Amino acid sequence: MTRTYKNVYVQDAATIAGPYEAKGPLHSFFDKTYDDLYEGEKSFEQAEVHLMRESIQVLLKKVQMKQEQVDLMIAGDLLNQITSSCYAVLPFQIPFLGIYSACATSVEGMILASEYIENKTADFVICSTSSHNMGSEKQFRNPTEYGAPKPKTSTFTATGGASILLGSKKTDIQVTASTIGVVQDLGQKDPLHMGAVMAPAAADTIYRHLSDLKENPEDYDLILTGDLGCFGKEILKDYLEQEHHVKLGTNYNDCGVLLYDLENQKDVHAGGSGPVCSALVNYGYILQQLREGTLKKVLLVATGALFSPTFAFQKQPILSIAHAITLERVKLS
Amino acid sequence: MEKTKYEKIVNRHKPQEARSQNAFIAFVVGGIVGVIGQLLMEMYMKWLQIPQSEASVYMIVTLIFFATLFTALGFFDKWVNFAKCGLIIPITGFAHSMMSAGMEYKREGPISGIGSNVFKLAGSVILYGIVSAWFFGLLRLLVMGG
Repeated sequence: MTRTYKNVYVQDAATIAGPYEAKGPLHSFFDKTYDDLYEGEKSFEQAEVHLMRESIQVLLKKVQMKQEQVDLMIAGDLLNQITSSCYAVLPFQIPFLGIYSACATSVEGMILASEYIENKTADFVICSTSSHNMGSEKQFRNPTEYGAPKPKTSTFTATGGASILLGSKKTDIQVTASTIGVVQDLGQKDPLHMGAVMAPAAADTIYRHLSDLKENPEDYDLILTGDLGCFGKEILKDYLEQEHHVKLGTNYNDCGVLLYDLENQKDVHAGGSGPVCSALVNYGYILQQLREGTLKKVLLVATGALFSPTFAFQKQPILSIAHAITLERVKLS
Repeated sequence: MEKTKYEKIVNRHKPQEARSQNAFIAFVVGGIVGVIGQLLMEMYMKWLQIPQSEASVYMIVTLIFFATLFTALGFFDKWVNFAKCGLIIPITGFAHSMMSAGMEYKREGPISGIGSNVFKLAGSVILYGIVSAWFFGLLRLLVMGG
């Protein structure tokens, strides 16, 4: 489902990143970074709450708004029952919607917020997301201190919290269109090759978005997928061309590849993942480039692998979804 | 697109894992652990004047102690990442799996945390170890008469 918007603007965003992300190439675009994975908290889960909560606090400070002025808050994360989000939003006492589409959560939130703002049901909506490397390793894989060997195709869950404020007040970055994705299954079962799992979802959503709006990939300065990693990126290009005859050129990249220095940060293997991976890249680096005018029109396609250890152990295929949103630089009149 | 056709695209972009290199490192590191074990056993037999069967128990306890200590100090996972099965297959891996699970669930308390999760990885080894020991013991009794 593709929708276009006329009254939705990006007010500002805030990003808080963990130690691995701070060592990556985008470190100067984060509002705050931590050297320690605990962020002064007692557990990894509580550290994740801290990251998301702090991103909301920093955001409110940046836009100089009080929490009473925000109409709605939409947030989601990767931990069971999206508990991190619930704890993170508690002190703000803003009406809250919890959402989940794994690593596609950030864009799902932005789409919902855009609908509320376009329909004038809300003026200002905060969308937040977070993930924690150790927290998700503990939930989805082996104990973190075990250090189980991983293949080159595996991706690395990013640590951080990120929030964006969308609103009806005019700014120079506008949300112009969105596409809600469809759940996909092409029979992939390897949780250590998420790029292969999610590439079909990204391809389908990109194709729907472009064909519904009668656009070509060249109409965008940048098309950015969420967390396919360096191998998933190649699979997407190949698959999109074979299945939909859409050719992605040099204006295509992936947030998972951008977030880390794949040459020198070998621990991340194929790249970053997790809901906050695309949010850290988009809310920091991409928004900055849109503000400066280096980029004028960007398509963000956040990709999520919808799975749980239980279903994976029961040999069920891993499902995937992708949601897309277009951000454009507009001239203020 | 058909799943088999998609699988071909996935395989086309699959990186080669350095299997022979990994196997070689695991072989050498696993061998070193074995040599250390043998040295410890010889030492215990000589210094404490005990038979080999007793010395081997002391040797295993020593290896377990150091593996768990190194896990607790936070660097054994980096060794495992490098040596892979060279450290996972020997007794060091078993100790490490229990210690890492114990540390992971410490914050959920002694019962619902450590107690119910410490065998998360090692549980299968114990269960199937006991089952196969029973099976081979039975086989030995039937074939060799005990």
